[in-house]
Amino acid sequence: MTNYFVNDKGYYGDFGGAYIPEMLYPNVEELRQQYLKVIKEESFQQEFRALLKDYVGRPSPLYLAKRLSERYGANIFLKREDLNHTGAHKINNTIGQILLAEHLGKKRIIAETGAGQHGVATATVCALRGLECVVYMGEVDIKRQAPNVARMKMLGATVVPATSGSKTLKDATNEAMRDWINNPEDTYYIIGSVVGPHPYPDMVAYFQSVISEEAKKQLAEQTGKQSPDYVLACVGGGSNAIGMFYHFIDDEQVQLIAVEAGGKGVDSGFTAATTAKGKEGVLHGSRSILMQTADGQVVEPHSVSAGLDYPGIGPQHAHLFKTGRGKYVSITDDESLDAGLRLTQLEGIIPAIESAHALAYLEYMEFKGGENVVVCLSGRGDKDMETYMKHFNL
Amino acid sequence: MNRLQQLFENKKKDILSIYYTAGYPNLNDTLTIAEALEQAGADFMEIGFPYSDPVADGEVIQGSSKQALDQGMTLEMLFAQLKDLRKTVNIPILLMGYVNVVLQYGVENFCKKCQEVGVDGCIIPDLPMYEYEELYSECFKKHGISNIFLVTPQTSEERIRKIDDLSNAFIYLLSSAATTGKNLDVSANARAYFSRMRNMNLKNPLMIGFGISDKQTFDSANEYAAGAIIGSAFVKNLDPQDVVGSVGRFMKEFR
Ligand SMILES: Cc1ncc(COP(=O)(O)O)c(C=O)c1O
Repeated sequence: MTNYFVNDKGYYGDFGGAYIPEMLYPNVEELRQQYLKVIKEESFQQEFRALLKDYVGRPSPLYLAKRLSERYGANIFLKREDLNHTGAHKINNTIGQILLAEHLGKKRIIAETGAGQHGVATATVCALRGLECVVYMGEVDIKRQAPNVARMKMLGATVVPATSGSKTLKDATNEAMRDWINNPEDTYYIIGSVVGPHPYPDMVAYFQSVISEEAKKQLAEQTGKQSPDYVLACVGGGSNAIGMFYHFIDDEQVQLIAVEAGGKGVDSGFTAATTAKGKEGVLHGSRSILMQTADGQVVEPHSVSAGLDYPGIGPQHAHLFKTGRGKYVSITDDESLDAGLRLTQLEGIIPAIESAHALAYLEYMEFKGGENVVVCLSGRGDKDMETYMKHFNL
Repeated sequence: MNRLQQLFENKKKDILSIYYTAGYPNLNDTLTIAEALEQAGADFMEIGFPYSDPVADGEVIQGSSKQALDQGMTLEMLFAQLKDLRKTVNIPILLMGYVNVVLQYGVENFCKKCQEVGVDGCIIPDLPMYEYEELYSECFKKHGISNIFLVTPQTSEERIRKIDDLSNAFIYLLSSAATTGKNLDVSANARAYFSRMRNMNLKNPLMIGFGISDKQTFDSANEYAAGAIIGSAFVKNLDPQDVVGSVGRFMKEFR
């Protein structure tokens, strides 16, 4: 059987590794040596699980969306990560990493953010634990996600604008890495997705795996079945998708569908559809698939959704894509906004535009009837109201 | 023995290397700057091939890289610009850049081209030791290209010994763990680290880089190493209207 998880060298098939300058080596190596040991400790598990339950509000519901199910002729279940504290799946990961950072004795936390959800989730756990927090955010994203910027500031974080490149998530990640290089001893970098040098992709995947751990149990309780027919999730770097896939990856009956941001169309030159447009290469510390020129320059991505506006995907996704285990598709800006409005009016749930990409793909699927489909509703749409308002003249 | 190894064989002190970005300030300045640097007394040089996401670099080299890319610079073009390099330039040349650009070019192709135009070595900061050993070292050796590793104050002794084993030209000692363009930290800590390195009796000579900006920082680096490398300070000084003149004026302080 194919191994879809990380090997002892930090690779997923051809992808992964730790392509980092020497300045980061001691930090990343410390993490590599410690993370599995720390995570396995009874005391870590107790604290992690307790915070997920009492602070985040887990388990998040698995909700059978009746009117959506009627529309598609299949049982559409929504995994309600939007109901988590701070409004997205991102907090599952920051809770895990902040406990690890404390364990390693770090005093200063840095993070990158796109939509601001990871930044808010990081600022939140820093407030919770009394640690200094610096969040890098692209200048463009600061403008389009203003409510999240204000939340981070209110939580006591310093928000530093990234002004290079496309001034979005990729550039914020560059700035966070530069900060880490310049502060090698006291600083811990909480990466917000399943990207970065090994062991980050594996660690973040583990913290997000609670999504499918719960969904699997909930689905069995509600339907009597162990395996859904399909699971769907949107992919920026890919953390909610890996979390949603994790406990189904080795169950080959389950079709895994990852939805990328097509932007204005895959061939429009304004897209973030990484697997469609990308080639193998190295970005932000791991070998994966990324959008780039023939000369190896990273191409500026585009998506209406800040959280998906990233030119790469995590190495485990690259592996799932290349082996054919996962199906990778894309949805345009307009299709995602329409799907957001549709969910709102059929189910009374305003989704994040990121999550709306996953919902939009239901329009393209054909069902025989009665299939069980789980869609990861990775976040709520409060942060996106301005975009929705402009698009729909609300 | 390549030119780089020869240089370190013959010269043990006061070695000066200059970094600059290919295709900056004007697209076709690459060879002009190399010639001017040799004229002005540089011992060797590092030519950066630009990358869109240079995470180990500070503002100056981010800026020169971006401008070079905007002007149309590519690795392919760099090799074309360096085609007749060895007709006019004799000192050793290193290429410096990020691994993704090399990967897209193809490692074998890259090494072959380096050898063809007369490049002696490479610095690829985000190419890890494990991947270098497994996938690159053979190719580098075959084409006589020296790979240069970086060492920081946080690098363990065990790892430094390993790096010394894998190196065959010099070891690049970072003055501190920092992105390029910061000022040299000549604190007691840095001096202790430089002394520790010197006293390890490594087989490879040491060059100190990152933060060397003037004669004073160059001299203090020279107390501990075979020489020093200047990057951001040099790049900042390049005058697009008078490239050769600005190289000469900058170098006067040192030579
Ligand atoms: C609600 C939501 N979903 C999805 C994403 C995309 O991230 P990932 O692909 O890591 O899940 C984000 C990122 O900000 C987000 O806020």
